[in-house]
Amino acid sequence: MEYIIIIISTVFVNNIVLAQFLGICPFLGVSNKIATSTGMAAAVLFVMTLATIVTWLVYTFLLVPFGIGFLQTICYILVIAALVQMVEIIMKKISPALYQALGVYLPLITTNCTILGVAILVIQKDYDLIRSVVFAVGNAIGFGFTLLLFAGIREQLELVGIPRGMRGVPIALIVAGLMALAFMGFSGIV
Amino acid sequence: MRCSGLLMPTGKEDAMNNFREFTKGFIKENPVFVLLLGMCPTLGTTTSAINGLGMGLATTFVLVASNVVISLIKNVIPDKVRIPAFVVVIASFVTIVDLLMAAYFNTPGPNGEPSLYDNLGIFIPLIVVNCIVLGRAEAFASKNNVFRSFLDGLGIGLGFAFALMILGTVRELLGSYSFFGFQLIKADGILVFVLAPGAFIALGFIIALINNLRKTK
Repeated sequence: MEYIIIIISTVFVNNIVLAQFLGICPFLGVSNKIATSTGMAAAVLFVMTLATIVTWLVYTFLLVPFGIGFLQTICYILVIAALVQMVEIIMKKISPALYQALGVYLPLITTNCTILGVAILVIQKDYDLIRSVVFAVGNAIGFGFTLLLFAGIREQLELVGIPRGMRGVPIALIVAGLMALAFMGFSGIV
Repeated sequence: MRCSGLLMPTGKEDAMNNFREFTKGFIKENPVFVLLLGMCPTLGTTTSAINGLGMGLATTFVLVASNVVISLIKNVIPDKVRIPAFVVVIASFVTIVDLLMAAYFNTPGPNGEPSLYDNLGIFIPLIVVNCIVLGRAEAFASKNNVFRSFLDGLGIGLGFAFALMILGTVRELLGSYSFFGFQLIKADGILVFVLAPGAFIALGFIIALINNLRKTK
């Protein structure tokens, strides 16, 4: 039951993009088309789950026993960068089809703050490994869900007459604001 | 790295004098309003003017320090591993800022308001993935001397702080009718501007306004 609550809370109530403001760069950057958004969402789901497991293990079995918890930021960013690089190489070797679909999004993900953000949040929240994984999966689904909704709206926006200064990013931000307003309706259900 | 391509030097860089290196970050190449970089902390920390300014200055410190160090060691780093090397330098300074702020900006307000460190929360360690910092390291500090890198970091950093302060001021004025914590009208503000949706909407309108001003010039 607790795991279901974590999933609902991360997807709807505390949505990573619209309520916690993480991952705005890819949210605005790759949301022009539904196809690219799907690829990005899948890549984030994959890397976020993997990165959270690895960083949790590194923190619990390496940083805490040696009393060097303050090196968390440096350690995490290096682990994530190395992990993404490794995933890219392995995927290229084992499954060229999957690499073709997700490959271009993988390098972008290293600097995506959702990955590092979730890795730090699970430590702050004192979750155990299973809760951390559920939390990461929930956040990745929340990210993908909002990204796809947003891409759908933006495809429609192409056909609408918008005042010149509002075109592009400003109108996208206002649409995101209205979506955030709608998502606020979920607050209080958990 | 996805954001660094946007920050390539313009080519006229050599002719530019040092003063213009410093001032370009405020208006012409403002990282938030014009280049649209570093959106996460921009939206996440600007619930009030003071929070925005605090976040901006923390980022400025990291930007200046990492620019200077990277410019100093740029000839030692092999080209192939330069991005990981830059990230380690940046992450070190982010850790320093994080520890300093935990020590000196962590006292709660007189009425039990959360401290600046609590308000900024996770966005302080996340300075390390702010594309402005890595972008300047890659596009400027790895190619220029120490003094110019210092000015560049300071200018871009203060431009970022300036943008965050503007957005924070707008949200605070509309959201709680106060200015830097000073209550202007004794009433409840338009609460939505302090909450998440207000951040997107306010920034959208500010960027639209700036786009219009730039096009009519």
